[in-house]
Amino acid sequence: MANIMIVGVGGQGTLLASRIIGNAVASMGCDVKVSEVHGMSQRGGSVVTYVRYSEKVASPIIEPGQADYILAFEELEALRWSSYLKKDGLMIVNANNIDPMPVITGQAKYPENIPGILKDAGVPSMFFDALAMAKEAGTEKAVNVVLVGALAAGMDIDKEIWENAIRATVKPAFIDVNLKAFQMGYEIKKA
Amino acid sequence: MKQLMLGNDAVARGAYEAGVKVVSAYPGTPSTEITECIARYDEVYAEWAPNEKVAMETAIGASLAGVRSMCAMKHVGVNVAADPLLTVAYTGVNGGLVICAADDPGMHSSQNEQDTRHYARLAKIPVIEPSDSGECRDFMKEAFEISETFDTPVILRLSTRVSHSQSLVEPMERVEKETKAYEKDIPKFVMMPANARGRHVVVEERYKKLQEFAATTSLNRIENPGKEIGVITGGTSYVYAKEALGDSVSYLKLGMMYPLSDTLLKEFAGSVKELWCLEELDPFVEDYIKSLGITVHGKDKLSLIGEYTAEKIAAAVLSETKEIAFKDVPAAPMRPPVLCPGCPHRATFSVLSGLKYTVFGDIGCYTLGAAAPLAAIDSVVCMGAGIGMAHGAYKAGLDKKSVAVIGDSTFIHSGITGLINAVYNKSNTTILILDNGITGMTGHQNNPANGLTLKNEKTKQVDIVKLAESIGCERVFVVDPFNRAELKEVLERETAVDDVSVIIARRPCVLLPGIKQGPKVQITDACRGCKACMRIGCPAIRFNEGKASIDINTCVGCGLCLDTCKFSAMELLKEDK
Repeated sequence: MANIMIVGVGGQGTLLASRIIGNAVASMGCDVKVSEVHGMSQRGGSVVTYVRYSEKVASPIIEPGQADYILAFEELEALRWSSYLKKDGLMIVNANNIDPMPVITGQAKYPENIPGILKDAGVPSMFFDALAMAKEAGTEKAVNVVLVGALAAGMDIDKEIWENAIRATVKPAFIDVNLKAFQMGYEIKKA
Repeated sequence: MKQLMLGNDAVARGAYEAGVKVVSAYPGTPSTEITECIARYDEVYAEWAPNEKVAMETAIGASLAGVRSMCAMKHVGVNVAADPLLTVAYTGVNGGLVICAADDPGMHSSQNEQDTRHYARLAKIPVIEPSDSGECRDFMKEAFEISETFDTPVILRLSTRVSHSQSLVEPMERVEKETKAYEKDIPKFVMMPANARGRHVVVEERYKKLQEFAATTSLNRIENPGKEIGVITGGTSYVYAKEALGDSVSYLKLGMMYPLSDTLLKEFAGSVKELWCLEELDPFVEDYIKSLGITVHGKDKLSLIGEYTAEKIAAAVLSETKEIAFKDVPAAPMRPPVLCPGCPHRATFSVLSGLKYTVFGDIGCYTLGAAAPLAAIDSVVCMGAGIGMAHGAYKAGLDKKSVAVIGDSTFIHSGITGLINAVYNKSNTTILILDNGITGMTGHQNNPANGLTLKNEKTKQVDIVKLAESIGCERVFVVDPFNRAELKEVLERETAVDDVSVIIARRPCVLLPGIKQGPKVQITDACRGCKACMRIGCPAIRFNEGKASIDINTCVGCGLCLDTCKFSAMELLKEDK
């Protein structure tokens, strides 16, 4: 069983990541719930989706202190949701900064050195440039699948299950590029 | 094989399996996907209606004609459809009739958090509420059975967390329903006073029968009996309660929230020492329990506002709190939603924010024009309200020019009557219709103004220019909002004219497939740090160490910023594809 959160900025493809993870664990016969965000917050706002799987899952929501893994598509979002991580959880972060509007308008400041802040607070976290890898794989849109790859490498689920879930979830034309992106994320965690 | 299915998808699946024939809806988060999903099934006629009232009337007509029919909407859509709802409660149905209404506790994407269950009581019709995707499918089928057995419309109440969560569902075969014969029955279907008086008697009798049904239906069930604490709950609160309280309490899980069975409530209350009622938003069930003279906890310990969580329930019922390992990490600045990079509405609002008008806004992506730095909207109330409000403000003598801003889909939904009123009553309002060719906020649904149906078939297209002219509007103009100089000129001219003007700012949504963009933009060393480019509120333009810069990953190359710089620091990137 695990509680996995996917956090990012609306439009970054967090929904697809949660659906791949959901389909992977469902194919193992687990009970699973995935909670998504649609509508206004998808327009560039802070978004969070939850995936929970176990023998029996009641709530679709993960609450503070309960996440085993947080996939963060952006550093500020990693910071925002860090209180949701369990003490022995893991934050997997795309080392990418997107200024929110209050920062753009000068009402707020983007915190400097988020990796350092999280390290000082003792939050177990790994940062890497998933966007660069996605571009190398063939499309920057595959950043979500690079992060899923990094998650998969740390979990006790066969790689084949993940790859089948990707095949079942993404559009046929994008299967190859996404499998490549997955592999790149998978290797960085194993390394 | 079990499939991971979105709650809304499961609602559609349930309706499909139940043999539904006609579905009509207006999109609205969190209900939209119900209709998008049902459109996949060829056996079902499904459509986008111009608004929820028409959607419900379409479903009522189909029911009258003898088939199972359904309409879907968000909670505030029920307000629009309330007129037919409260009277179809009197006529009853022929084929089964189900109204899917999705509430939005926490207001993830809504202007209020009203509780739809009150409509069930108002109309004296049943409301049933699933807790996960499996129940979405099962309860939908049961809703049609109840509708036909008791000759009543049925509300299937959803909420964001049920509609937008995926859980496992085992799909079943569709069972075709034979079309029931339509027989003319004036006393039943013509609601004029003499007939309605007779039907009201039927409604009250039906209520009693439904209340008896509530005592025995499998929609309501007792789980884990024999504990000291008893919890009466349903919908999304049920799964939070299970998460928080597990097997430490007994449950009365209500799938039917109205009518409530006195017998069932009393029996359960009598079996426990301490009784709780857990329900998000209003104390709908709790107040009823109290009316039976039963002591119950609920809103004395939990909020009327926003969503429940397992954490809140554990704290209230068991006084338990869970440890949070990293609660002292510094807070992150807020990230509110913004207009997308390349959005045509940004161009319109960047012009409006420089003009000192009072802007009456409306519901859609463009509501985000109220956010800083554009801050170009003064009010937003409901679908279509902006035009009527601008007219009212003018009649009240508001000294600044009043301008209404409304999207194409919202204009079709409920702006047309406002425009007729303004013209008919000699207003001088200026109405900006933001025509981006699609219903945007809810995720790109076709509408009568773009000439495509729900199933992407070509159809007749409403010509907004001709429509406005036919109403009697003599000043109708079409402008590309990216031509900001022209838009400004037209706005200044039209707000000075003593007549109703309609300005259609027409440019397709940037997220539509096939939208071509120019090269991306970069800012050169010529930047003087004046921040003029920042005023358009583009998420791609940042400001660091006294200079503006463009985030190349966010920029889509719309070019809106090019003319904001007086120092020629904006430059097109050549190598970009």
